[in-house]
Amino acid sequence: MTGIGHHVPEAMLRDYATGALPYPFELVVATHVSMCDTCRAALGAEEALGGAALDGAGPEDLTPGLRDAVLSRLDDTVIAPPRPARRGIYPGPLAELIGDRDPRWRSVGPGVRQSILHDDADGSARLLFIPPGEAVPEHGHNGLELTLVLQGSFHDESDSFGVGDLEVADADMVHLPIAGDGLPCICLAATDAPLRFKSLVPRLAQRFFRI
Amino acid sequence: MDDDTDNPTKWMLAVRDKRDRVAFGRLFDHYAPRLKAAVRRGGASAAEAEDIVQDVMLSVWQKAAQFDPARAPVSGWIYRIARNRQIDLHRRKSRPEPEPLDLEGEAPPDASQVLALEQETAELRRALQALGPDQRQIIETAYFGELTHAEIQAATGLPLGTIKSRLRLGIERLRHELKELRRP
Ligand SMILES: [Zn+2]
Repeated sequence: MTGIGHHVPEAMLRDYATGALPYPFELVVATHVSMCDTCRAALGAEEALGGAALDGAGPEDLTPGLRDAVLSRLDDTVIAPPRPARRGIYPGPLAELIGDRDPRWRSVGPGVRQSILHDDADGSARLLFIPPGEAVPEHGHNGLELTLVLQGSFHDESDSFGVGDLEVADADMVHLPIAGDGLPCICLAATDAPLRFKSLVPRLAQRFFRI
Repeated sequence: MDDDTDNPTKWMLAVRDKRDRVAFGRLFDHYAPRLKAAVRRGGASAAEAEDIVQDVMLSVWQKAAQFDPARAPVSGWIYRIARNRQIDLHRRKSRPEPEPLDLEGEAPPDASQVLALEQETAELRRALQALGPDQRQIIETAYFGELTHAEIQAATGLPLGTIKSRLRLGIERLRHELKELRRP
């Protein structure tokens, strides 16, 4: 795929490689990498560094017998889990999560729909469906929000985002993204905090303590 | 490490293409003790670490068909398997992984691309060894230790850019081959 201009920041790719990202962001990174050869190569470089660290580690003695135990299991039959495959506009990691059906959309405004894929203490991930010309719903979160375009596009005052582009926005960023003309905009949006409407108490706490 | 006598890429290809158990034994002898040391950095006991080592080495055998020397150095490929295993154990659910770019066994690898990637990986290994012990430890902890964010300033000077461009070439070549294959 060509024309992707907004990529995963380098530090975030490194955090993905080392396992330091919360689940919702991992989902976004894995989905973007499925669409973007530039980030796939950059992630490979991060893993190469992990490999170089592995080459330099230890070595530490193994329990006698471990080698034989492994070699004796080479003929074991294994049922390999299916590897993530794209379905329609949904790249493998997302298709895996959605399953064999269409996302369960709920209306959240004029023509705007969302489908919550994940929401817990690690943060949230949801699909958004925004008709052409409509505003992308307010973030409703603290911390970082990642938005990855899967179909159509959106733009704000300063930038525009097409298929495969990733927007990284912090909670203080004031902007009003609008879906572009053409196909409805479908994106994957993820936060590293639970969605606000889940509970009143955290929302009050968030307001007073800015946590 | 001497790259002429010690060649995990050749062993890995023998495992992938010929299901060569002797070559697998060599991979095991090289990587298993290193994996054990690395995994223990994440706080695993010796016994837990050896369980992970077994799982990872068996995965190396079982997933060998997915190895492409033009798109990943052996150590980086094994690193990914090991880290995913650690993370899955830690969370008790599997982490989202990118869609694979597939061309299992269908295209002969470009020897010059593979050699260049090997050389660049050796260069990266040397650069990592040349860092001070403190900096090296920061990197090792980030890559194998606790699953928390770490600012890895020490990685700034490492030659990751050349590997990135090299991997990009490998991916482009594969894309081209996939297109040729699918041409009616
Ligand atoms: Zn990218």
